[in-house]
Amino acid sequence: MSEALRELGNAIKAAHPGDVDEVDVRLGELMLVVKSAGIVRVLRHLRDDPSCLFKMLVDICGVDYPERAERFDVVYNLLSLKHNRRVRVKVRTNETEPVPSVVSLFNAANWYERETWDLYGVAFDDHPDLRRLLTDYGFDGHPLRKDFPLTGHVEVRYDEEQKRVVYDKVKLQQDFRSFDFLSPWEGMTRQLPGDEKAKQ
Amino acid sequence: MAEAKIKPMTINFGPQHPAAHGVLRLVMEMDGEVVERIDPHIGLLHRGTEKLIEYKTYLQAMPYFDRLDYVAPMVQEHAYVLAVEKLLGLDVPKRGQYIRVLFDEISRVLNHLLNVPAYAMDVGALTPMLWCFEQREYLMEFYERASGARLHAAYYRPGGVHQDLPAGLIDDIMKWADQFPKIIDDLSSLLDENRIFKQRLVDIGVVTAEQAIDWGFTGPMLRSSGVPWDLRKSQPYDAYAEMDFDIPIGKNGDCYDRYLVRMEELRQSLRIIRQCCEKMPSGPHVSRDFKVTPPPRGEMKRSMEALIHHFKLYTEGFHVPPGETYTAVEAPKGEFGVYLVSDGTNRPYRCKIRAPGFSHLQAIEFCSKGHMLADSVAILGSMDIVFGEIDR
Repeated sequence: MSEALRELGNAIKAAHPGDVDEVDVRLGELMLVVKSAGIVRVLRHLRDDPSCLFKMLVDICGVDYPERAERFDVVYNLLSLKHNRRVRVKVRTNETEPVPSVVSLFNAANWYERETWDLYGVAFDDHPDLRRLLTDYGFDGHPLRKDFPLTGHVEVRYDEEQKRVVYDKVKLQQDFRSFDFLSPWEGMTRQLPGDEKAKQ
Repeated sequence: MAEAKIKPMTINFGPQHPAAHGVLRLVMEMDGEVVERIDPHIGLLHRGTEKLIEYKTYLQAMPYFDRLDYVAPMVQEHAYVLAVEKLLGLDVPKRGQYIRVLFDEISRVLNHLLNVPAYAMDVGALTPMLWCFEQREYLMEFYERASGARLHAAYYRPGGVHQDLPAGLIDDIMKWADQFPKIIDDLSSLLDENRIFKQRLVDIGVVTAEQAIDWGFTGPMLRSSGVPWDLRKSQPYDAYAEMDFDIPIGKNGDCYDRYLVRMEELRQSLRIIRQCCEKMPSGPHVSRDFKVTPPPRGEMKRSMEALIHHFKLYTEGFHVPPGETYTAVEAPKGEFGVYLVSDGTNRPYRCKIRAPGFSHLQAIEFCSKGHMLADSVAILGSMDIVFGEIDR
């Protein structure tokens, strides 16, 4: 299974040498990393080539890696009903570089791209209707970015005097606690006053 | 006589509308009574599940999946635990697999027992709702006996299920399965050839196979267009490979076919439930890898090792090796997928939830264009929309 997938990945790379950067098979799943400019070409190949026939676009989503220069991954999951296979295509981008929209290839891409725009702020070129989808009317920010706080910035309440729902800055009774579970048994690495004497 | 000119009208449908199956707002542009354009506004039930999951350990994240499609909770849990198991490389004992398949199918029956009568109610029949809710109550009782909760079960675990089935539950499920075919037959005889029901559904919202694939339809929506595709058969997970069942497909891809496919799926699910009960293997219900699953309570009283495992598991949780996977199951509504990215810590780095209803609902404009306003309600009912999973 993995061998066949790797062969398929290499064949796709051979067909688009300038667009496909990486081919990888892990846990029995094929993954391609594609240059942003070539995404429409590669997805068209994946959809129409007889050895691929990934005719169904299952999902598009974003992933945020804030420490990278191109901080966002846009992940396309495709499914071939004919060959009973899946492929995952990734495009890397940042806050300002738009990714070409694939709505012209798959109608299903429309809302998934809107959702990615809404939650991550990744713009899509030539999208017919790039509006927010899941968040509130007039929402500010892109909530699934790693630097967006879990609690958000605003909270809503009903104002008895104005007789309407108003937005306030979020107030926490207790600070948000995020526990570090990563190395509780490794001991302290921080120097306390007097530590230097112990080493002497 | 001067020709009267009809102005196009904009109608706001919802967000609180009994036929919207939740909080859906449709802005419809109408030409007389014919739908020209629909702009669905969703997200009124958005709770930020994916963001919350990034701040929870793998075990704490699991109950969120009950709250997505709250009509068939356990199937969503299944997709998530399969994804975690794949990243961990964890094997599930046979009994655990059978219990999960059994409850997946109970969930499927639960789902169709809500969708079919709600759909019938949308087009004017009230009785099926009353019949089906009685049956749903029996099934939720099985949920409760296994997991302790009627709705939000939180029963599946990476490695199996939380606790073994209580004594006598299998017998009672078998007893229920004996009386259930009569309920399906009653429903069929009430609806299948019903004149009003057919007038409202036949040839409404026709979707061809190519269109269904292009729009990303899955589940009964895809099968009613004549595509024989079911993940339980094509990419079997857990014990589905050992089950004997058929996949019903439709011919015309209209609303009536979707109803018929769901009715047949009820019968097929019943077959799987019977097989699970008959073949239920003995043995452990959950993996004995105590780095991931809690040790038995008795052992904790005597073994220091077990005590440490328990403490670590319920404070820090288990760590999942770095990697990513897209794992999907056949939920009652279609393909429910989890795209899980792990960075090697005890929390998911990213968990994208792919809900089947999301793809279906975005095609509402395409399906309803040129139909009457009342037909768009029938189409909406046939899509089996639940907002928990669409808005996440």
